[in-house]
Amino acid sequence: MSKQVFNESGIEIKPVYGPDDVSDPDRIGMPGEFPFTRGIHELMYRKRPFTMRQYAGFGTPSQTNERFQYLISQGQTGLNVAFDLPTQVGLDSDSAMAAGEVGRVGMAVDTLEDFEIAFEGIDLEKITVSLTINGAAAILMAMYFALAQKRGYDLSKLRGTAQNDILKEFVGRGTWIFPVESSMRLVGDTIVYCAENVPRYSPVSVCGYHIRESGANPVQEMAYGFCIAKAYVDLVLQRGLDIDEFASRLSFNFDIHGNFFEQIAKFRAGRRLWARIVRDTYGAKDPKSMWLRMIAGGGGGGLTIEQPENNIVRGAYYALISALSGTQTMALCSFDEAYTIPSERAARISLRTMQILIEEMGLADTVDPLGGSYYVESLTDEMEKEIESVMAEVDSQGGIVRAIAEGHVQNAVSRQAYEHHQKLESGEIRKVGVNCYQVEEEQPDIEFHPTNEEECEKKIERLEAIRAERDGVRVADALTGVREAAGNSENVMPAIMSAVTAYATVGEITDCLVDVFGRFPEPIRF
Amino acid sequence: MRILIAKPGLDGHDVGAKIVARALMDAGFEVIYTGLRKSPEEIAAVAVEEDVDVIGLSVLSGSHLPICSSFSALRSEHQLDDKLWLVGGNIPHKDVAALENLGVDAVFPVGTPLRTIVDFINEKAK
Repeated sequence: MSKQVFNESGIEIKPVYGPDDVSDPDRIGMPGEFPFTRGIHELMYRKRPFTMRQYAGFGTPSQTNERFQYLISQGQTGLNVAFDLPTQVGLDSDSAMAAGEVGRVGMAVDTLEDFEIAFEGIDLEKITVSLTINGAAAILMAMYFALAQKRGYDLSKLRGTAQNDILKEFVGRGTWIFPVESSMRLVGDTIVYCAENVPRYSPVSVCGYHIRESGANPVQEMAYGFCIAKAYVDLVLQRGLDIDEFASRLSFNFDIHGNFFEQIAKFRAGRRLWARIVRDTYGAKDPKSMWLRMIAGGGGGGLTIEQPENNIVRGAYYALISALSGTQTMALCSFDEAYTIPSERAARISLRTMQILIEEMGLADTVDPLGGSYYVESLTDEMEKEIESVMAEVDSQGGIVRAIAEGHVQNAVSRQAYEHHQKLESGEIRKVGVNCYQVEEEQPDIEFHPTNEEECEKKIERLEAIRAERDGVRVADALTGVREAAGNSENVMPAIMSAVTAYATVGEITDCLVDVFGRFPEPIRF
Repeated sequence: MRILIAKPGLDGHDVGAKIVARALMDAGFEVIYTGLRKSPEEIAAVAVEEDVDVIGLSVLSGSHLPICSSFSALRSEHQLDDKLWLVGGNIPHKDVAALENLGVDAVFPVGTPLRTIVDFINEKAK
């Protein structure tokens, strides 16, 4: 008898699977048909390959525009904007807390002018743009819509995505600003605003991704993600929208690293479970509402500083997993991303990895090629059961919003990260190049992406100039409008749109909201 | 021994800081964790108020030099010079000397075994 084997989610893996292990064919279904186990579209990549959307942005808007133009010229089909930390937490570039951080891990944005520069020369109808922004999402979304309007696009046709998943920021990633309840209200405001004004835009991308990166296992990643998505759905239903008016615009962002088949099964299980939740719990009629549309990839947590070139190989497997899982959009962390903002060369290798799958490997030829595999179908069933059981556990503890506000999810996830780390150090979990097959190597030559202080200073000077040039009365009125809307519990989006259009800054608008909402008191739990 | 683990700056990567905090607690130390997004001033104030023996800063955003440079000045101002000062996170090898020049007692980049950190503190505590 061979030794027992378990995957990371704790499911025992048998040495061999056979016909008796596979669930009945109706549960699996066909691609494009409920319950969508095999994919949300009938023809999937035969009709349109997955969108390739590398995360990019650094320095000033014009530096970022250059990188965007480069990636598009290399065949990238979507953009995913990285913002610097001050922007993400609602600070202007000249704020004292922003010192040393301007333009460091993403693009610095203060006013609408920055968006005008960053997206210059990019056709926003051809290239869909995803904004990785959460705490300050309402403001940056408003900026994007204002830019689109200014450039003459019809908002009713505008596509794109905002991450705007604040609940997961409290668990991992940490760019929260306001307390949980007010943060949720802003998510509700943006979803309702989009449903009414920008109906083809995806106002939220629910991220199991960062919860996984913070230490959750694959089952918890999906389960916490779905609990969070349900919290947003409940919120919007309370505002009086019908489930079919907005559910089809919810999207998801999941992580890929770790056991190959466990990841594939988690996505197939997730698709089936989400379809059932939306249909049976929420009574949706439109099949599109039941679709689990996702970006899947990344895999930052799987990359290592040791022997970084191994990350190119890992990235290729992550991309393969993503394609075999029927993702809509793919992004890959680059091989140098464990220690820096990707170099142009590293970003290009990630893009080529995805292109090779489509152009050379035949991954677009047929839909869900693993469908019907004894192992994959059996594991899909088991992962689905486990995800449901973690979701039930969260419900029994009073729901995800409470669990996060009180810090229970954070505590559980960070404990697991600690245990995982201990197992890595003891060698119980193997990591190539880290605790086995190490080589004596010079400490890899970590070269941080250079931040250009001169550019940052120019950015701050420009911000000061805009403050002087703009119509001060109009800005003050617009900011008063934001404060009033926030206080009155009316939808704040129209007021924020007026403010960004008047060139009010991210920091000024955030401060108005903080005046009304206050700031999140971070629970410290161990 | 009381140890302060702090997250200066805006960086939200707290997985490592929390892992180190737990390891230090398991090793028998009393640990105070600041939570995210603390200014160097706030961290110095907590260090004084909690009368800690060790101050550990975790930075992964690449802003370790400006952050440690402002903390270095505050350290003298608040008479914290005799407290052990540790820095962890995404720290390139070439910056270690600059951090040591600012007064940092030890730098523990990503990948440092937890044992090394615990042993270092125990050794210094002797």
